[in-house]
Amino acid sequence: MDVEKKSFAGGLKSSNLVQAWLVMVLAVGFGISLAGVQLLLGPVIEGNKLNETLEKVPELVLGNFLAAKMASENQTLEIVPRQVTVKKLDRTKFYIVYEARYQGDLKGWVVKTKGQGYADTIELLLGLSPDLRSITGLFVLDQKETPGLGNKIITHAWRSQFVDAPADRTLVVIKTGSSRPGEIDVVTGATISSRSVTAMINTAIGDLRNPLTTAPSSQGKGGKHNG
Amino acid sequence: MADLPTATERFINGILPENPVYRQLLGLCPTLAVTNSLNAAITMAGAVGFVLLCANVITSLIRNLLKPHLRIVVFTLTIATFVTIADRFLAAYLYQMSKTLGPYIPLIIVNCIIICRCEVCASKQSPLVAATDAIGQSLGFGLALSSIAAIREILGAGSLFGLRVMPAAWPDWTIMVLPPGAFFTFGLLLGTVNWIVTRKGAKKSQRRERSSP
Repeated sequence: MDVEKKSFAGGLKSSNLVQAWLVMVLAVGFGISLAGVQLLLGPVIEGNKLNETLEKVPELVLGNFLAAKMASENQTLEIVPRQVTVKKLDRTKFYIVYEARYQGDLKGWVVKTKGQGYADTIELLLGLSPDLRSITGLFVLDQKETPGLGNKIITHAWRSQFVDAPADRTLVVIKTGSSRPGEIDVVTGATISSRSVTAMINTAIGDLRNPLTTAPSSQGKGGKHNG
Repeated sequence: MADLPTATERFINGILPENPVYRQLLGLCPTLAVTNSLNAAITMAGAVGFVLLCANVITSLIRNLLKPHLRIVVFTLTIATFVTIADRFLAAYLYQMSKTLGPYIPLIIVNCIIICRCEVCASKQSPLVAATDAIGQSLGFGLALSSIAAIREILGAGSLFGLRVMPAAWPDWTIMVLPPGAFFTFGLLLGTVNWIVTRKGAKKSQRRERSSP
């Protein structure tokens, strides 16, 4: 703003910039203090998210009913996090995948993925069946979509459309009411939020199909060339 | 300077006579949006109070350096910084609450109460007055939010602070915790406050008429 006005100032070339010295000093000072806050609190926030993720894994893999039943019987799933590297044509993508096992049997996967929503990054947890044929659950870990419109993506009603949706074909966002499996109803007034969530899911499944189905037991890097 | 209110006046004014919600009708977005439970309302009021106090004190400290045409930029910058700090703090230590409040915490940046206090009080008066003003206004805001939230939570969910207070036979008026309930409650409370103020004013003028022949 000030730089643009500078040329009109004539004799006092830098006067507008000089006038704004307080703004600039404050901006630097506040910036440094915010960086400090982030350094201090960032790990705590990440820890909170990790705890929530681990808490959500059973219901994302088994569904609410079975997860509640397991919890009441004091049984727990064995959750092993692993990083999956997917090499694409132009870049490398990293996914955190939680492997959920019960007494050694693979019960499913929970994939953490993120992408651009309408307002800010949306972080999703996506539950997948062991054979990657269907989606078993969806949870929104973080979002800042418009209140009343886009933030309806966190509601159970909207998320439950994804449960039991086929994972072996591309999900399509529909505005006029879904009728077939694999069709997702848009949130009214939030087409962009709905589309970006669906696109993130499609991409994640597409990226992970090979690494997860071909090398299910390998720990650590399950990376595979896709390009 | 002489005709500006003192620290005590600022403090008292903020709570009732110039209550930010009921008398100034400022900051209505969070007032309507997060008052479906008392816990959320109090957290919101606390976050606004923290931001207001910090922004007011900083603005007051640098009030002699402010250029009239750049003051809004400085206010916004200051407010945004403290809102971010409050947001991160809630995400770190009150994680579930921060998810419940969601985007309304970042939206404190555009809460007019804060920029109004920076403009009206902090950019003209000493840090002490600015701080008491901030505390007074925050208490007023907290009072308004918790009064609406208490009514909505009792009628809508039959509970207070998440604990059941109504008899089990009470049919929860779900609409009260949904957005329409916010408008009903706020409208009725605002009407009540206006009625009280008008009646008080009428009594005062009557007394004045009687005492002056």
